[in-house]
Amino acid sequence: MNQFQRAFTPEAMAEAWEIFQRDFPQGLWDTVYVTFIATFFAIVIGLPLGMLLVAGDEKGIRPMPPLLMKAINVIINLLRSVPFLILIVMVIPLTRIIVGTSVGTTASIVPLVIAAFPFVARLVESSLREVSPNIIEMAQSMGATPMQILLRVMLPEAVPSLITNFTLAITTILGYTAMSGAIGGGGLGKIAIMVGYNRYKYAVLYLAVIVLVILVQVMQSFGTWLAKKLDKRLKH
Amino acid sequence: MIELRNLSKSFTTADGPVDALKHVNLTIRDGDIYGIIGMSGAGKSTLVRCINMLERPTDGAVLLDGKDLSSLDKKQLREMRHQVTMIFQSFNLLMQRTCLHNVMLPLRLSHVPKQEAEARARELLETVGLPDKANAYPAQLSGGQQQRVAIARALATNPSVLLCDEATSALDPKTTHAILELIRDINRKMGITVIVITHQMSVVQEICNRVAILENGSVVEEGDVSTVFSNPRAKATRSLVYPEMADMDAATSVRGQVVRITFHGAAAANKPLIASMAMERSIAASIVNASTRTVGDKVYGYMLLDIPGGPDVLADAVKYLSAEPDVSVQVEAKYGLNGSGEVSA
Repeated sequence: MNQFQRAFTPEAMAEAWEIFQRDFPQGLWDTVYVTFIATFFAIVIGLPLGMLLVAGDEKGIRPMPPLLMKAINVIINLLRSVPFLILIVMVIPLTRIIVGTSVGTTASIVPLVIAAFPFVARLVESSLREVSPNIIEMAQSMGATPMQILLRVMLPEAVPSLITNFTLAITTILGYTAMSGAIGGGGLGKIAIMVGYNRYKYAVLYLAVIVLVILVQVMQSFGTWLAKKLDKRLKH
Repeated sequence: MIELRNLSKSFTTADGPVDALKHVNLTIRDGDIYGIIGMSGAGKSTLVRCINMLERPTDGAVLLDGKDLSSLDKKQLREMRHQVTMIFQSFNLLMQRTCLHNVMLPLRLSHVPKQEAEARARELLETVGLPDKANAYPAQLSGGQQQRVAIARALATNPSVLLCDEATSALDPKTTHAILELIRDINRKMGITVIVITHQMSVVQEICNRVAILENGSVVEEGDVSTVFSNPRAKATRSLVYPEMADMDAATSVRGQVVRITFHGAAAANKPLIASMAMERSIAASIVNASTRTVGDKVYGYMLLDIPGGPDVLADAVKYLSAEPDVSVQVEAKYGLNGSGEVSA
């Protein structure tokens, strides 16, 4: 019997079930908590940044100095190109300043937000760019200020697309939380790696993955449903 | 009154500068329904966008009641756009907002209190004939209904000028007619000056009193609709007024001399001119090409007649046709056997 087979003996399965009942509620809670808080802050930073990317564009409704726009774009691209595991290590000093410690569940939110907000900014940018230039021209023709165009015309028109993209963001961030589990963050990712992989309890590993899959499915279905429900272009 | 003075606009493109408008001079009086017509690419859209400064003219001036619009600062420009509003070919309604909210938008943008804006919006939806669609979303409406909502929205700020940019081009003929009626009603009842941009002569014919023909960024002809219709001088005007004329060169089966008769508002219920000529003078003219339109109860247009026989018959025909009021006759040298030129009457 090899190691893999041993992980699925009745005794191992019984132990896995015990671990599931004991540790998973907390793990699930940690994962959901970290995912939602990180997504929230990623949107808080990413949404205005995405709006700035669209409005401040050379051909946008409120062109900004091209050098500034170039700098913002470079920074976003840089942040997006750093692998997440390396980013976690790189921002440890910042995490210490903000949270007071660099280990633990709450501490893992900082690198998650830093990894996710540039992604969210790009998603918001693409959602807002979908708004028809004709609609923007209409708003200009009735004397709307650039801020009014953004807040009262472009954002409301982009709501279904934004919901779809935020759903993509939250499921991606959920995937990242599993990685942050590898270096001290709590959650299902931590259980999967620390217990399931390092201690050869593969049944636990699979259970964690199954729960993560269900979580992604639930979030994605809810997001898709909400985007459809809110889209008034579809005749209900 | 809107005056365009020596208005020019050029764009810089990858292939070098393009002159979209070249020294345009127009005067649009208060209460006019002014048509600006041209083929696509003639510069119509650029012209209308210069009137509300969505496009900044490169040269020249747009005067609204004597005030040069290029001198306005941002705040004044926004206020001007409450006075000069616009409707579009694609309606441009907010698809995620109800009709009521769409109509309220310009009012809310200028900080009119919500209740006041809502009351005004409901009133306007009534004006355009959609009082029951306040809570509907644009996607639930037909094209014609969407344009009505857009018109209500354009009227929200009590404008003095309404710009219509191909406002009926996306609509079927019947709906077009209904929308044009509504626009004419608004012009008459509210005294709003209307500027209609279109590529359809029928639109100009139906509601405009003045018309300018735009070709390659220049105004090639301008005047009262009836004058321009009855006697189109510029080539661009002719091809717009009589699109069938393009086929005229194909009229190869001419036997005699071709005569052009032009109707300058002859009474529509007149005698059958060609038939009566055949009976009274025994001249068997055949129609090579014809295009006539009835505006009000008057006929405008032209007819090309092939008159077989010699110069005597031709002279007789010209004399007979010229006797008719509001009809002028011209011998077309281009198709002549003898190239006798013009026999004006």
